Formats: sequence, C-alpha cells, structure tokens
Amino acid sequence: MGVSDILGLFNYWMVIILMMIGFYTVVSRGNLVKKIVGLNIFQTSVFLLYISMGKISGGTAPILTGKPEVYSNPLPHVLILTAIVVGVATTALGLALVVRIKNAYDTIEEDEIQAADDETEFGDPQAAEDHRR
Amino acid sequence: MSIEAIINIALFVFLGLTAFAILKLRALFAVVMLSAVFSLVSAALLVHLDAVDVAFTEAAVGAGISTVLMLATLALTSRHEKAPTRSQALPLIVVFLTGFALVYGTLDMPRFGDPQAPIQVHVAPKYIADTQSEIGIPNIVTAVLASYRGFDTLGEVTVIFTAGIGVLLLLAAFIREPEGLRVQTMDHHLVLRVVTKVLIGPILLFALYVQFHADYGPGGGFQAGIIFASAFIIYALVFGLENARKAVPGRAVRLLVACGVLLYGGVGFVSFLFGKNYLNYSVLGADQVAGQHLGILLVEFGVGLTVAAVMVSTFYAFSGQNPPIGDEDW
Amino acid sequence: MSALITDAVSWALLAAGSLLVVVGALGLIRMPDFYTRMHAAGITDTLGADLILLGLMVQAGFSLVTVKLLLIAAFLFFTSPTSTHAIANAALTAGLKPRVAESPGAGKGSAAPEGGEP
Repeated sequence: MGVSDILGLFNYWMVIILMMIGFYTVVSRGNLVKKIVGLNIFQTSVFLLYISMGKISGGTAPILTGKPEVYSNPLPHVLILTAIVVGVATTALGLALVVRIKNAYDTIEEDEIQAADDETEFGDPQAAEDHRR
Repeated sequence: MSIEAIINIALFVFLGLTAFAILKLRALFAVVMLSAVFSLVSAALLVHLDAVDVAFTEAAVGAGISTVLMLATLALTSRHEKAPTRSQALPLIVVFLTGFALVYGTLDMPRFGDPQAPIQVHVAPKYIADTQSEIGIPNIVTAVLASYRGFDTLGEVTVIFTAGIGVLLLLAAFIREPEGLRVQTMDHHLVLRVVTKVLIGPILLFALYVQFHADYGPGGGFQAGIIFASAFIIYALVFGLENARKAVPGRAVRLLVACGVLLYGGVGFVSFLFGKNYLNYSVLGADQVAGQHLGILLVEFGVGLTVAAVMVSTFYAFSGQNPPIGDEDW
Repeated sequence: MSALITDAVSWALLAAGSLLVVVGALGLIRMPDFYTRMHAAGITDTLGADLILLGLMVQAGFSLVTVKLLLIAAFLFFTSPTSTHAIANAALTAGLKPRVAESPGAGKGSAAPEGGEP
C-alpha cells in the first residue's frame, strides 16, 4: 500500500471517521437534541462521500464554459443538493417531535422519558425492571 | 503532494475535530454553534471538490436555517445535556467494528479523482456532452436536476412538502393565537434593527438572482428558497413574530407550500396534454431548447416557492410556541 | 510588468489579510475574557476578510467577478460589526461583566472563564 493509495483513500477514511462520530453520538448520548446533531454529522459525511466519488483530478465545476475542459461528475451534485434541503426539512420534523416530547414529558433525556413511561405503565421502576427480565 | 491535496486534508481534519468537539461538549448551545461551523467547513470542502451548487446549499442551510431551528428548540427545551448514565463500552465497540468493516470495504474502491472510476463512465458523460444541445443551458447541475432527473426532484419536493406538513401538524396545537401574542421586538438593539432593515432588501434581491440565474451559474430553487426564507426569518427575529405575521400571514405561507408542488406537478401535467411523457418540457416552447428553458424556469420556481414556504412556516411554528421564546433566548 | 505589479499588490493584500486572520485566531485563544476575545474575533471578519477580498479583486481585474467580490465585501462590512455588536450586547444583557483589573489579581472570578456561555 503506497502513498498514492493512502492519498487516494484518505477522503473515504475521513468520511468513515465522521460517520462513526455521528453514529456514536446517536447511540451513546441520551439527549434528543444531541442525537439530532449527531444524525446531521452522519448525514454530512454521506454527502461528502458522494461528492468525493464524483470528483475528477484536475476537473472543474460542472458549468459549461465553452472551452474543452474536464468536468467533475454532476450527478452526485444533483442528488446531494436535494438531499441537503430534504435533510433540513426532516431535521425540522425531528426537532418538532423533540418539542412535543418536552411538552409531554418535561424532559428531553432518553432515560428520564423511559422512566416516566415505566412509571405510568407499571407503577414503579422496579416492577418495570422485573417485567423486562 | 499537491496544494490541492493539502487543502483537502486540512479541511477534512478540521471537520473531524469539530465533530469530535460536538460529541464531547455538553453545553447544547455551543454544540449547535459548532454544528453551524461544521456545515460551513463542509461547504468549503464541497467547493474544493467542485460541487459549487451543493456547497451553496449547505452553507445556506447548515449555517442558516437549521441553526435557527435548533436554537428555537433549545429555547423551548433545555440548554444542557445530562451526563450519560449508562456504560459507553457497548456503543464504542459497535462503532469501532462498523468503522473497521467500512474501512475494509474502501480498500477495493476506485482511488479519489480517478477519471476511469465506474461512476465517471456511466451516465455522466452523456449529461456533460448533451446538455448544451438538448437543454441549452451551461449549468449541467441545473439541467440534470430539473430536466433529466425531474422525477427525482419532484419526489424530493414532495418529501419537503410532507415534512413541512408534519411539522405543522405536530406543533400547530401549541401555536399562540396572534391576538394573545406577547409583542417581542428587539427594541434595545438599535444597530441590529437599522442594519437588518437595510439588508433585507438586498437579501431578497439576491434570492431572486439565485432563483433565476440558476441556468448560468450555481443556484436554483432550493438555494433561493432557503435564502428567501432567511430574509423573512431575520425580519421575524429582529422585529418580532407578530410583525412578520402581519407582513406575511401564516395562512398565505401555508397556501404557498402547496402552490409550489402544484406548479411543479402541473408543468409535468401540461406535457401530458401535448401527448408527451410526464415532465417532458420540450413541448412547452417553439423548439426543444426554448421549451426546456421555460420548463426549467417554472419547475425551479415551484421548488423555490415550496422550500421557502416550508421553511418560513416551520419557523413560525417553532417561534410561535407557548411558552414564548424570549428575545434573549436567541 | 503590469502583471507583476498586480500580482505583487494582490499578494501583499492577501498576506496582510491572512496575517490579521491569524492574529484574530490567536487572540481568540489567548485573550482572558469574553469581551477581549470578541475584540480579537472582530478583526478576522472585518479587516481580515475585507483585505483578502480586496486582494482577490486586484487579482480579478475589471470583471463581473470584481463586482461580486465588492458586493460581498460591502455585505461583510455591514454584517460583521453588527454581529459582533449584537453578541457583545447580548452578553452584557445576560449579565456577563467585563473583566476589569486595576491591579494585578483584581477582578478575577468576576467573569466566567468560559465566556461563550452567558
């Protein structure tokens, strides 16, 4: 594995690192807003993966100049452009859910929401613990 | 190593560090600000990777709208994350295993920038070669977005529409009625009010430029919609929600949400009436290129309308919540 | 010859702008409290950014690009000081006192070390 291979795969590896940071934020943190930020990091890493794949060395932005030039692949750009705006719309939906959860449970921490659910269902946390076993 | 490779590495390292800081910090206010920084740095990286249209969108969305929405959520919920109570070992193991599997998968991938990679030899050469003769506009991204892959974009606009409806359904019950609205203007921020008043005009003008110049340069309905919405949101932030609602009533905005999608779908339907396939714009004009021009213009306008209206009504829904978001919460 | 002069001028402007950005970044790390940090950060997005844009304008010559850069510069010229003002104002409203030291050691603890959080 030479230097050119490492440079050639560097983008993908960094994308994976970002993706895993986002993933870890989602699975390990209990705060719902933090989870949404983690999802956004994950999402951005996917965007960068697509755009990295579309790049051609020595290429330029895919806007025709009339001169013979190498253009980077426009297709990933189209897919990701729309995905970003869809992403913010779905983020807004997620945040709206968080606001409603806060109204209903008075907390946005996952553990406390679970505890409140257990209490309404089983009466006390111990009974819930027994039920799950 | 070329200068381009160095910029690439530096920006990726910045992104990694920002993401790590987001993971570590517990003050959610700082987390949201860092996520705006993260978006801005990734926009710079996207410019570097030749994706100017995408970078434009990411900068407008990430550093603008989504930050505002997150801050609104923080004002309505809480600003601090509690310390994790459970063990972090299992998530860490899962993440490392997944990461190694993915890295192993990359070893077979074509190297970065390879012109012979499978992705570069499939449909992209056709788009690049034929855009000038078939569509007649220089920006290939706009041509692919609105014409070649118009179905995809219609789907995406519908998703945005649906998400907007979802937000309204979730939050509508808690929106205060206009008469009960506590008047909240940033009266003590004189500088802010004056500068905002001066800037809103140019921002709207810029949005129009981005909307209608998309054939020739980076831009289009998605970006323009976001910029339009930003102008209204900044007005609402500085002059108060009530004044913004007077200027643009929530009912009108909700109507526009539907109008944009209808315009997009309607343009597709018109080509039905001429006996052509759905979203085939060639029939709209005297010749194919003129028809494509008109079709792309209309469709992009529909996209811009829906995106702007969804963002503004989402913002109304968040900032009109009870209890009200105070001036100092922003 | 004229190309050499334009290059030299634009490089000088770009270098000066970059230097100011670095100084601002350094100040952001080294300054003791919120308001002095704001002061340092203010340099980057006003003079630093404007000098870099000016350097780019010299590089672009008389073209549409220069007009666009000019518009960006004008926009930054208005928005950056405004945002700095708004943030400082918000911090003051939120009750964050500037750290004033008449004698060494005085005023310690009057300002939170993490100035970013009002």
